[in-house]
Amino acid sequence: MSESKPEFDLDYPGARAPERHGFVESYGIRLATYEWGAPDAPPVLLAHGGFDFARTYDVFAPLLADAGWRVITWDHRGHGNSEHAELYSWDADCRDLVIVKEALIDGPCPAIGHSKGGALMVQVSQALPYLFSRLVAIDGLPSGRPPPDVAEHERTRQLEAEISTWLDHRRRCADLVRKPGTREELARRRARMNPRLSPEWLYYLTGVGARRDSDGWRWKIDPSLRMGGIGPWRGQWGVDRLPGFPIPLYGLVGTEHEEMGWGVVPEELRPCLPRDARLEVVEGVGHFLHIEQPHEIAERVLAFLGKPGFA
Amino acid sequence: MIELMHGKIRLALHELRRGHGRTLLLLHGLGERSPLDVPAELASWPGPVAALDFTGHGQSDVPRSGGYTAEILMADADAALQHAGEACLVGRGLGAYVALLLAGGRPKQVRGAILRDGPGLAAGGIGAVPGYVSRPQLGKQRIPDPFALAELTRDVRPPDYAAIYLHQATHLSELDPALYIVAKERPEWLAAVAQESGTRVCDLEAALESCAAIQLRRVR
Repeated sequence: MSESKPEFDLDYPGARAPERHGFVESYGIRLATYEWGAPDAPPVLLAHGGFDFARTYDVFAPLLADAGWRVITWDHRGHGNSEHAELYSWDADCRDLVIVKEALIDGPCPAIGHSKGGALMVQVSQALPYLFSRLVAIDGLPSGRPPPDVAEHERTRQLEAEISTWLDHRRRCADLVRKPGTREELARRRARMNPRLSPEWLYYLTGVGARRDSDGWRWKIDPSLRMGGIGPWRGQWGVDRLPGFPIPLYGLVGTEHEEMGWGVVPEELRPCLPRDARLEVVEGVGHFLHIEQPHEIAERVLAFLGKPGFA
Repeated sequence: MIELMHGKIRLALHELRRGHGRTLLLLHGLGERSPLDVPAELASWPGPVAALDFTGHGQSDVPRSGGYTAEILMADADAALQHAGEACLVGRGLGAYVALLLAGGRPKQVRGAILRDGPGLAAGGIGAVPGYVSRPQLGKQRIPDPFALAELTRDVRPPDYAAIYLHQATHLSELDPALYIVAKERPEWLAAVAQESGTRVCDLEAALESCAAIQLRRVR
């Protein structure tokens, strides 16, 4: 892993660039990885949400690292500094997760995922329960509602009109490029998806999630990715499997509804959880709990993880 | 061979027979590739015949690191449909399922879809598959792509999901039937579709004749 260097005028209260940055190859796709904390500290693996990227953890991850953890995360394929792939799917993201984990971490470790990253962690923990010791899902537990930030993945009920719209997108996607702009313009565009996050934070993200081209700045995410997708998956299938979840599970959801949220209704989900699972509702925050209240969420997560090395 | 682009993938579309009129577009099964010539059983088709190699198959590109879904293959077939303008689809196995999807996705351009037996007709069942992370062993054999075989073998096909595409095809194509079921195998998605209106269970010759008649009516 090489040392990372700040690229631009990056400044946001509490934000800290990763101490180490490298790449892991997943069958030919280079995935960018990042670490905070001492290299020999006990590891914890983080997964970001759809249309986000690893550096959205620049405030949250250092709080865990300062508590004694080696915090490891990666950019999903097509996101952040990872390579754009020819194809994207839920299965491929699960596979990438496993490959990153096995490349960088020996033995079981705690895992934390936000949104799509939480749902990926849930599925991989169920498929390969020996990989993780416990799991925190930050608004990433399944619900009956289709996830909004899952690209090229499954939707619970496909409205017929969406099929042709999706096909139209596929016809165009070979030629798509992200719209260039100033960092301020990119931040304003992102605010439409993240209306509760501060302009200062969104501006900061442009410095770590966008690149400067000759005609302006562009978000790095693959333009062929599209919010939502079509397919047969139902969120209820994930809910149905929760009672047998194999490792200690801690779910966090906010009270404020957001378009990007996963629509988890705590009262409906609690009966589906294992007896020892915890689901906590945090007042006054939306989908991005760890960004809106990083200290509060980190404190709760650290309490669940326990002393580093003993999770 | 014609090269078509679907996203970052270069697809191979084989012109098996040139001519006038509506194209018969062949969609192969899982792990197969397009035939080199017009299959004898399809020779009665009066117009041009083309065959598409899906992503990761035949002479089409093999993506790095998988990511296959039946819906992506539908978009592969849509690229061929865009080239042809209109087409009658004949799908084998996985290609039959893709033909159903595209008949629903492009009901105005697909003028009949014929579903035949072949590899990949059943796939991964109707509901949530067992927890699984596919990690195929890659040897020298890269075509067909081992990721395609691993991922599309467990593709989930709920009957009500398949029915959405059938309803779209029947309601918007103005064809009755819109779908011809020639396959003998009856995975649950196909058994459910076969019971719906807008489908006809028949042999291949009858299906071809009926689809060709659609073409003749339009040409006149």
